Amino acid sequence: MKFKILTLLAGAVLITASSTAVMAAGKTIAVSWKTFQEERWKTDEAAIKKVVEAAGDTYLSTDAQGSAQKQAADIESLISQKPDVILVVAFDSDAILPSIQKINDAGIKSIAYDVQFEDPSALYITFDNVGVGRIMAQEMLKVKPEGRYAFIKGDKGDPNATFLFQGQMEVLKPAMDAGKITNVCETFTDGWKPDNAQKNMEQCLTSTNNGVDAVLSENDGMASGVVAALDAQGLAGTVPVTGQDGDLAAINRVALGTQLVSVWKNSVDLGTVAAKAALALADGADPASIAGVTKFNGGKKGVEMNAILLAPTPITKDNIQVAIDAGHITKEQACAGVTAGSVPACN
Amino acid sequence: MAEQSGSGPATSNEGLFTRLVRAAEIDTRMLGMIAAMFLIWVGFDVLSGILRPGGGGLLGGTFLTSRNLWILLVQTSVIAVMTTGMVLIIVLRQIDLSVGSMLNVVAITAGVLQVFQLGPWLGVGHPIIWIIAVLVALLLGAAIGAFNGVLIAYGQIPSFIVTLGGLIAYRGIAFLIASGVTVAPMDKTFKLIGGNGPAASIGPVWSWVLAAVACVAIGIAVVGGRRRRVQFGFKPKPVWAEILSVVVGCAAVLGTTAVVNSYLYPPKVAERFALDNNIPIPTGVEAKAGLAICKAGDKVVTCLDGLSFQTGYPIPVLIMIAVGLIMTFVAKRTRFGRYVFATGGNPEAAELAGINTKRLTVMVFTLMGGLVGVSAIIASARLDAATTALGTLNELYVIAAAVIGGTSLAGGIGTIYGAILGALLMQSLQSGMGLLNADSAYTDVVTGLVLVLAVFVDQVYRRRVK
Repeated sequence: MKFKILTLLAGAVLITASSTAVMAAGKTIAVSWKTFQEERWKTDEAAIKKVVEAAGDTYLSTDAQGSAQKQAADIESLISQKPDVILVVAFDSDAILPSIQKINDAGIKSIAYDVQFEDPSALYITFDNVGVGRIMAQEMLKVKPEGRYAFIKGDKGDPNATFLFQGQMEVLKPAMDAGKITNVCETFTDGWKPDNAQKNMEQCLTSTNNGVDAVLSENDGMASGVVAALDAQGLAGTVPVTGQDGDLAAINRVALGTQLVSVWKNSVDLGTVAAKAALALADGADPASIAGVTKFNGGKKGVEMNAILLAPTPITKDNIQVAIDAGHITKEQACAGVTAGSVPACN
Repeated sequence: MAEQSGSGPATSNEGLFTRLVRAAEIDTRMLGMIAAMFLIWVGFDVLSGILRPGGGGLLGGTFLTSRNLWILLVQTSVIAVMTTGMVLIIVLRQIDLSVGSMLNVVAITAGVLQVFQLGPWLGVGHPIIWIIAVLVALLLGAAIGAFNGVLIAYGQIPSFIVTLGGLIAYRGIAFLIASGVTVAPMDKTFKLIGGNGPAASIGPVWSWVLAAVACVAIGIAVVGGRRRRVQFGFKPKPVWAEILSVVVGCAAVLGTTAVVNSYLYPPKVAERFALDNNIPIPTGVEAKAGLAICKAGDKVVTCLDGLSFQTGYPIPVLIMIAVGLIMTFVAKRTRFGRYVFATGGNPEAAELAGINTKRLTVMVFTLMGGLVGVSAIIASARLDAATTALGTLNELYVIAAAVIGGTSLAGGIGTIYGAILGALLMQSLQSGMGLLNADSAYTDVVTGLVLVLAVFVDQVYRRRVK
């Protein structure tokens, strides 16, 4: 065992030595993905690969297929291939820590990609989740500076549901304290389920006798349920609804006017930023010196890490073109059923 | 009391009520459930009046309004339709844990078919799209159900395992079919099956016509039942009991119809409906609490008396009622139904008596699948979208509704109407908590408690009746 660590260390010294000494040599950037079951990770991968290969460097990857054990084995095999940086999308943010230690021991730099694991040596790159809530509230305040607000929150077991709500409250608090905005309904939605959101919205409308002026739904799936409930009362389109994820159906609703905004976390942006940061680290840059890096300690254990928190893009009627240009959605999908001339991107 | 032999004559120390109930052969268990439901409804109504800021006080609650009851019925329909099938499955001593995931696969397939395939090919809104989507949903549901059934009956794998596998696998398949994308919006006609919008309800006239037909049917059924009893030499119920069941049944139908009819189109919907159909909106005085619409100047406002439209029975509720009636007929009057209960009561005896229990199992699971297809249509039409989260945990609600409704997990015992009442009771709890703006954690706690309590009361009741 001791021998193994020694060889690893020796190897690491060699790698760091060679990589700092010979800048021209091709770097190797490795990624340990947690799963490719969810469609989005393929988008992330394409973005990272593009940046890495454009720089003439090598891209390596493994897929943990949704298993913490497989991910641990994956990382060991990646370490043995001696990459310069390993990006890790942790399947389990606690179970991953021993593997991160091995990466550190091997002298390889690590990046926590989108999923946080609390190791101070790693660079954490993700979207600003509290920021998503803030953006939702800001967009809503633009159209409804005062009125009766309903809050359709996500699953009570998911910390993100609370982060989002905190972000919304930060923005809305002054107006609430001034009595301009009242909270008429506030409910968690089991499993972030759209059909539960629909029922919750129906009950909210019944109990307030349709006295709702704005709905802050925490994602697009629930927004579809909220809009269906509003539609049954003839209110879809007059009561603005928020969402996030950039669901194709939600962007279509934004174009149709039944949803105000879908806060979109563009995976291409995230992948691109992460790949560039990885290349900079491979060149020996100090993490704190990379553009956009701040200190982050909002995790479970409060460990302070270097982090890049990307601002998500709010997609509203006015900038649907952004999602179309990014290849996220086709114009036909975005503009299905839209009256000609009502949305710039659909003309 | 407990030692009394089953067939002995009623003892003289029984109360008048007990004797009346016994003579009329009323299911006292159902009476209990209805009483519990009544208490829950009144309780929520009072609480919603008192607890809500700006609520209407003790008698001004929102639960017992025609609007809430109308929506409650629609909200119940998805689970209620599936639970009628689950009754037969549990009676047969089996279980189906895969219904929620099946619903997901069927809804996503029907959604992808109509939105991504048929829409662009035939032109969005083509009248045949919804028919194809509905047929595909029903057939796919039945096919998956049959697949479950074959594995259980001929593969000799316990239904718990087969459908547990299905619970996990079918959801994955649904994800792959649409690669995780939410499918929306649904075909315009298909959407009506979900009950949203003026065209998705049959209006007051047809609702009353249906109610009248139902009353006549109840009368005919009671008379027919009496004649059959006499014909086969059984003692008929006393005449007053027969009349009472017609009167109560008819009153329930008429009462429900009055409630669904008194739910008026929401003002914005009424306004759009009037504009679309060139119905003139009268001028009047604005009233905040009004439900009718009228013109004040050139603005359309709500007012006390003006233009209003009655809604009547929504399509998903009619589907739920039709499914309930058909399934009751299937369970009680067909050989298939009797075989299911016989097999559930004693599988070995049923098999020795010549019932092909394997084929029966496949048939019951196929029927369950078909009903899941119906629910998938209602659920996705109502949401106007098919998402990968649709149907999550539905299997538990469906099983809980059947159990609350008196279906015994030991097999052989269960009723369709009980299960539908069970579904209505569970949805009442959820809707009521929603009206109180209660945290969903409390709703979960209450629903779980009620499930266990219902089974406990049921056990005590069954022991005493013996």
